[in-house]
Amino acid sequence: MDQNARSEHFLEIKSLCRTFEDGFMAVDNFSLTIKQGEFVTFLGPSGCGKTTTLRMLAGFDMPSSGEILLNGKDITKLPPNERPINTVFQRYALFPHLNIFDNIAFGLKLKKLPRAEIVRKVKKALEMVDLEGFESRTVQTLSGGQQQRIAIARAIVNEPQILLLDEPLGALDLKMRKEMQLELKSMHDKLGITFIYVTHDQEEALTMSDKIVVMSEGKIQQVGEPEDIYNEPKNAFVADFIGDSNIFNGIMTGKYKVRFCGAEFTCVDDVENGTMVEAVLRPEDIEITPPDEGIIQGEVSSVVFKGVHYEITVLSGKNELVIQSTRKAQVGSRVGLSVDPEGIHIMIAESMLNKFEVGVKNGFRLDFLDGVPDFDITSLLPGSRMDGGTLLDAHGDEVAPETLRVIVTIKPEDITMSDDEEAGMVKGHIVNMIYKGDHYRYIVRSDDDEDFIVRDEDLWNMNDYVSLVIPRDSLQFALKK
Amino acid sequence: MGVFRFSRKQLGIPYAVFLICFVAAPLLVIIYYAFTNGEGRFTLGNMTGFFTSPYTIGTLAYSFAIAVVTTCVCLLLAYPIAYILARSRWKSKSVVIVMFVMPMWINFTLRITALKELLTMIEGNLAFHPFLNTIIGMTYDFLPFMILPMYTTLLKLDQSLLEAAADLGANPFQIFLKVTLPLSVPGIISGVVMVFLPSMTNYVVLDMLYNSTYIMGSLIGSYFSAYDWHNGSMIALILLFIILVFTLVTDRYADEDTGNRGGALL
Amino acid sequence: MKAAVKKELPGKIFIGAMLVILYLPILVLAFYSFTTSANIGSVHGFSMDNYVNLFSNEELRSMIFGTVLLAFGSSLLAAALGTLGAIGAFYSRKAARGVIGGLNEVPVINADVVTGFSVCIMLVVVLGIDKNTFVPLVIGHVVLSAPFVYLSVTPKLKQMDSSLYEAAMDLGATPRQALTKVVLPQIQPGIVSGFALAVTLSLDDYFIASYTKPATFDTISTYVVNATKGSQTEIKTALWALSTLIFLIVVLAVVLMNLRGGKEEADFED
Repeated sequence: MDQNARSEHFLEIKSLCRTFEDGFMAVDNFSLTIKQGEFVTFLGPSGCGKTTTLRMLAGFDMPSSGEILLNGKDITKLPPNERPINTVFQRYALFPHLNIFDNIAFGLKLKKLPRAEIVRKVKKALEMVDLEGFESRTVQTLSGGQQQRIAIARAIVNEPQILLLDEPLGALDLKMRKEMQLELKSMHDKLGITFIYVTHDQEEALTMSDKIVVMSEGKIQQVGEPEDIYNEPKNAFVADFIGDSNIFNGIMTGKYKVRFCGAEFTCVDDVENGTMVEAVLRPEDIEITPPDEGIIQGEVSSVVFKGVHYEITVLSGKNELVIQSTRKAQVGSRVGLSVDPEGIHIMIAESMLNKFEVGVKNGFRLDFLDGVPDFDITSLLPGSRMDGGTLLDAHGDEVAPETLRVIVTIKPEDITMSDDEEAGMVKGHIVNMIYKGDHYRYIVRSDDDEDFIVRDEDLWNMNDYVSLVIPRDSLQFALKK
Repeated sequence: MGVFRFSRKQLGIPYAVFLICFVAAPLLVIIYYAFTNGEGRFTLGNMTGFFTSPYTIGTLAYSFAIAVVTTCVCLLLAYPIAYILARSRWKSKSVVIVMFVMPMWINFTLRITALKELLTMIEGNLAFHPFLNTIIGMTYDFLPFMILPMYTTLLKLDQSLLEAAADLGANPFQIFLKVTLPLSVPGIISGVVMVFLPSMTNYVVLDMLYNSTYIMGSLIGSYFSAYDWHNGSMIALILLFIILVFTLVTDRYADEDTGNRGGALL
Repeated sequence: MKAAVKKELPGKIFIGAMLVILYLPILVLAFYSFTTSANIGSVHGFSMDNYVNLFSNEELRSMIFGTVLLAFGSSLLAAALGTLGAIGAFYSRKAARGVIGGLNEVPVINADVVTGFSVCIMLVVVLGIDKNTFVPLVIGHVVLSAPFVYLSVTPKLKQMDSSLYEAAMDLGATPRQALTKVVLPQIQPGIVSGFALAVTLSLDDYFIASYTKPATFDTISTYVVNATKGSQTEIKTALWALSTLIFLIVVLAVVLMNLRGGKEEADFED
């Protein structure tokens, strides 16, 4: 392998999965290739699997399946002490019984380096983090920011090939965090080693990374450079998670034409006419104009001063738009809104229907929601009829129930949410919610682990336990071929 | 989990084996002996013997009497001590509590010796008040075990709860009755557990204070001296049963930190 | 302020009275241990005879030495077993941890008479181990005290930042190195206090020793109980001296501990 190819495929993660003992799938089919010297950030909300992935790279956690290759060598089953990888821990994990020198020298002493070399390297590492002369201090006398630096020094002094950072700035205050972000970035440039950084802070990820991996529910949602992730989010989750976004359901009405919020906009994405899409508008890309100059009109419903800009909320029909502007607006005034074609990002809509593939039980009842009343299997099989307890097809041959699969489709708007647990037949927690201008789109995970997409105009909270009322008439059936 | 965790778990094996051999197995042996006779045959005779003999039943009753009275006396003395100390703002209260605990570190036989000499001087002949002397001896021995858990619980009592009660119109007596006392129940329970069971079994206190009446512990001692493992095991089993019931009843109320002897001593 | 002082006065008097009652027997005995008197109440002249006897009597000397040796020996064993047990259980599955923790509670809540009796039946009657080998006595004392070591180490393990062990492995330590260089130093205070507790439990024990000791060997407890029944005045008053000495050692230890604790606190506040 030549040098170039080696550094291109420095770290390869192939189909990594981790299922916990309780059956929870923390990481689901994670594949990624990382170049030598890259600054890669795993970004996602808590519980998205980013820390578990990092722990598998460090060797603290063993994958259920998949492999990790470093320079082409399989390190999946290597214990952490044999990996050329070091970690900066979330709460620093400095050894309280050792002073700063002994903390930093911990790894070097284990390697049995000569004393003089250890002293030299520790000194250099302390210089690197701007804490010269701290050798004999104890951990307890250091501030959070200083402990953070020592944790970094303790890791980099071992000259690892990869430095893993697990939300290292999470415990610091805002000002300190901003400062450390820049320092970490310049440290990365100086050291030239690969950084893999885990955070839930999208701003941190955008500031520091060469490459961002957005994760949700154990899966990679998008991989790309910060600009790509911000400007071209692949799906509604990424758009919603990265920066503030206005997301609307829309439909393509022609070449570079998209209709949403009751008006037609020009965009730069060439998507087939008639496609259901989601349009993403960044708050800073929406311009407030006099009412008659805007593409749509609305009424200012709130104005909040945010320091650099005002956050202005405009109600246009039933749709709510959040706008960032340096100019103030008057609450209650009518305004026009316009957007440059470049400011509209079109995503082809993910399946907006609830589709469940279910089996058929004895007696031709559906294995769905404790059975569906008045379900007639013969309506799905043309020419079929029931004869006693058996189903006969058009040719009069018997059809066994277990050979049939039925697709049940429910429109999100047909489902209503209720906090009365007895109201509906499905109960579950809200695991995802995205605001779509005039309504919210929720994903409710039922107790049986089925995901239901629900459209609702009211605001519910994440993790609310709700009951879903699904009218019998809203169910549509199709036979799976 | 990972391969490297394996070795840490293994460290527990020697202790687990030790516990099985010298804690679990002896209990099984006790159960075996309690229900067999000298020829090694199964019998309920040891048990029926215990519950039908007026002498052994009398011993059980006397043990309970000593334990109940000792526990009550300890409670009545220890609660005010713990309460006053915990609620006071004296700078030296940690020193005072150490002074109450310090006698625990002197061998109890030597402490009872000192008490015996003093009681002898006061009473002349100890034989005239065997029950009273036993209660004094037990209280003297176990009082620190009662003070410490109650002190710990009362010290942890959130001051703002008392202020809230006062704010809601409770007078000091009502505050004590409706807030302080209910919240100190875990400490009281821990103290009761630590005093009640030992005072049913610590027959050395009786021996040293010339009380020749038997308690449950003395029965084990006397069967042991007579090489009667079977009846001795039955007494041990009955004591174990009492301890088990006592633990199950009190466990619900006990405080995690002070729930056992260890908690109070550590 | 004055009212508060007045309000606290009855409390102070009560506490003071209780302390006087608690210490009166020990102090009176200490006073008479420095006289030639054989009974409390009758004052004779000042004398150090009891202290001379305590150290010149071969029987007393070996009894004290034996008790201390047993306490430290069994406590070292208990500290090792209890600590390893606590670490092992802490990192084990819930079921295994439950079994170890549950069995660990048995000697803690059990009456010492029952513990001593059952250990004796098991080791001496069933397994036929000779009491003269000291094996039943040592095992009995380890059964008594190891659970307390376990109980004092476990909270330290719980308090420890779980990523410290991982950090050590991350920096190149093998599992054993991570344990000795990071985990053990972290739980050391728990081990030390567990050991100290084990020593005091062993020194204070009467019941386990009386069921498992060799006939010719005595601990302070068994010796004192026997002496109470006997009529040797010289031995009796020498034990007063022993009681006084132990009291002084305890006082000294508490004062030293408080001084050290106070100093550490002062250092911390700097």
